[in-house]
Amino acid sequence: MMSTVDLLFWLFATLSVGGGLSMVFSKHPVSAAMFMIVSLVGVAALFVLLESFFLAVLQVLVYAGAVMVLFLFIIMLLDVGPDAAKQKITNWKTGIFGFFTAALLVYLLVFLGNSNDFVNEGTSSWPALIEDSATSGQSLPFSTNVSSFGYGLMTKYMLPVQIAGFMLLAAMIGVIILSKKDVQQKNDG
Amino acid sequence: MLTVTPHHFLILSFILVGIGFFGLLIRRNVLLMLMSLELMLNGINVALLTFSRVGNNLDGGIFVFFIMTVAAAEVAVGLALLVALYKKRRSVLSDDMALLKN
Repeated sequence: MMSTVDLLFWLFATLSVGGGLSMVFSKHPVSAAMFMIVSLVGVAALFVLLESFFLAVLQVLVYAGAVMVLFLFIIMLLDVGPDAAKQKITNWKTGIFGFFTAALLVYLLVFLGNSNDFVNEGTSSWPALIEDSATSGQSLPFSTNVSSFGYGLMTKYMLPVQIAGFMLLAAMIGVIILSKKDVQQKNDG
Repeated sequence: MLTVTPHHFLILSFILVGIGFFGLLIRRNVLLMLMSLELMLNGINVALLTFSRVGNNLDGGIFVFFIMTVAAAEVAVGLALLVALYKKRRSVLSDDMALLKN
């Protein structure tokens, strides 16, 4: 008998994996972006199952909202629809080698990761693992509310927050300079 | 009785990373390659949150926050580069960007 959490996990796991696979194999870039949104929302629901509600909200807002809208905007700006869709997505040799390389990656992650015992096979239920883990005095305990998140960001992670802000500024300036009109003429002349 | 364990989340995250890697390798459209990259980052986020939840430690969640920030900036810069490249080459296929080949 499956509990509700199990049912939700399998539902959203199927949603995210199926959305990802459909994204990889879809011919038209717009439909690929739509499948990607499905996958991202599935991952957001998995974040809810992991009790990270703030990050689930951020996932929907930032990824499914901003990033995918940017993707769709660029797809429609470049107008890569019908012409690019007519061509095959890949040739068979690349497909086969890509499949085996990706399968090797997943194999190494799953089986070699399991051989280390950072997740112990015997005590794999949530409460036992939480009791087992030794939390040092410096680390912040897991919490579901947003205020502890903000506390962590503003105290322990103050420098990374400022670096992230600076990096966003640099990315913004870079994008503005890249998309200026006279870049092409300067390079041509 | 089947209950969801951290293993399920970890294996799901590995599968997501694998799908993203596969898409990055086989697709010729650079837009799709960027999307596959996003999928890989999402898989990593699931693994980080699982370890954060299991280890009773908020650091993993905060790291996911930073990964999202970096991914958003990376997508913005990548798409701007792609648009600049499209203006010159009139193509978004990686096969047509083989200027350094041979």
